[in-house]
Amino acid sequence: MANTGVLIETADNGIKETNFGVITSARQNGKNNIIALVLNDHAADCKELLQKYGVSKVVTISIDGVDDLTNPDLTAKALIETMKHYEINALLGVSSATGRDLLARVAAYLNAPLALDCVSVNLSERTVTKSHFSGKTLATIKMNGDYFICGIRPNVIEAQPAPCETVEEPYIAKVQDTGKMKIIEIKKAESKSIELTEANVIIAGGRPLNSSENFKILQECADMLDAAVGASRSAVDAGFAPHSMQVGQTGKTVSPKLYIACGISGAMQHFAGMKTSKVIVGINTDKDAPIFSKCDYGLLGDLFEVVPAITKILNESR
Amino acid sequence: MQIYVCVKHVPDTAANIYLTGKTAYDESVKFVANPYDEYGLEEAIKAVKENGGGEVVIVTVGPEGAFSTIRSALAVGADRGILITTDDQFTDSMKISQALKKAIEQDGSPDLIFTGKQTVDSEGMQTHYHLAAAFDMPIATDVVDFKLSNGKIVVEREIEGGARQIIEMTKPCVIGATKGLNEPRYPKLPDILKAKKKEIKKIAIADLEILVSDSGTQLLELQPAPEKGAAKMIEGDAHKMAEELIQLLKNEAKVI
Repeated sequence: MANTGVLIETADNGIKETNFGVITSARQNGKNNIIALVLNDHAADCKELLQKYGVSKVVTISIDGVDDLTNPDLTAKALIETMKHYEINALLGVSSATGRDLLARVAAYLNAPLALDCVSVNLSERTVTKSHFSGKTLATIKMNGDYFICGIRPNVIEAQPAPCETVEEPYIAKVQDTGKMKIIEIKKAESKSIELTEANVIIAGGRPLNSSENFKILQECADMLDAAVGASRSAVDAGFAPHSMQVGQTGKTVSPKLYIACGISGAMQHFAGMKTSKVIVGINTDKDAPIFSKCDYGLLGDLFEVVPAITKILNESR
Repeated sequence: MQIYVCVKHVPDTAANIYLTGKTAYDESVKFVANPYDEYGLEEAIKAVKENGGGEVVIVTVGPEGAFSTIRSALAVGADRGILITTDDQFTDSMKISQALKKAIEQDGSPDLIFTGKQTVDSEGMQTHYHLAAAFDMPIATDVVDFKLSNGKIVVEREIEGGARQIIEMTKPCVIGATKGLNEPRYPKLPDILKAKKKEIKKIAIADLEILVSDSGTQLLELQPAPEKGAAKMIEGDAHKMAEELIQLLKNEAKVI
């Protein structure tokens, strides 16, 4: 059995849900031996969670003489050392902002092939599929060479439990700091909201929302669904929402179970960022809006009336 | 300051892509400079202006048609261009980064290298990392703010949930630009005319004598991405529609 490494992403509240889909695809129906690489040890209950999904070994990585693992350059070098120690040639992770950065550094240092934002992975054939041309086409890519490094689009692969025996061990990497880069500060976002790319449900608004104030209507509905709030490019360009909320070509690529587009006409560039959502709902006053020709449910109506009505019903049935 | 900006010649994001073969598509669509690279270019032009002058050089790996993309970059203020010619649009990122490195090395000594955070055709998100590793330079990508202070580079990079990392790097370094960094300028007519006289050097990729490695990525096939069909339409008053939608999402789609 080949050793397959999975880079585990943690947040303040422990292991991110999105990891389990990555582990599921790394398992390839039990053909691979899964080694989870955990970067900080504050996720104390991680072994218990990871063993539910078929991880046979959990390696918690620290760096000799380094207290926090926020410097991606040092972390990438520590990951490489760990991969070599455990004879890991295939490394999978979440294609999030942090995951993309670390996986790309690892691949660049190893001079290894890399594919990010993958929607499926086939380890035995050494192929992946991923978006090309802003989501308009799907490319099948062969990874040639000794290594196989890839990042998987969050939420795109459904997690399937596969409980097993798990051992946990620490690994202390010895990494030289070149001093060429350091993290000075991490600025937290002003409002504590659910990360768009990891959300199971997203409710997004377009230009017709007409002000940042009106996004509250979406937030109230989002609170009922544990959803994140997104925005179209035109709403962001008009200053109604920050760029971190933008879904689409020049914003984020998301793949939730449910995407509700409110007052979004459905331009190609918007679809580039959300077309792999499981269910798409469009709410629009224009019956000819392009979104109605490529979504699951279309509501012909005014979002200022429909969204509060949804919120009200959900609130009453709580 | 000597700044190199890597720019790719890509189909316009608004263009429809018609597949014509296993990895081939109808290339008669409009091609433009990769949108993310334009943020890098704008920042490079500003950095040279604000830091006592220098030169901005565009480096492109692409077909002969990429001359038009380099000209458009020269029209907004870059000084000259280098086109490394290849017919393959989907050349492996590792090979492209080696070609960029060789061409830049032969040309001069960079203080900074700007790229976009990704291209909009192959969406690889990695050429700049391979380039930085090849040069042994530090790198930051998804950069939304850039400053030069006391000879060091300080950038802000967008991470999860709207948070930002503030990173300090030594020069030279590689910066992957994204939306939010600046507003790219539009070319003015006199500058478009002036750009026609600026130098674009052409080098065939074979002449760079890049070491060919067995490892890398290879595009096997392109397929149209699956799209949903027409919506099941729900009409009526707001409350009725809301009720019906919630019922469908619960019982038919089973997503809430």
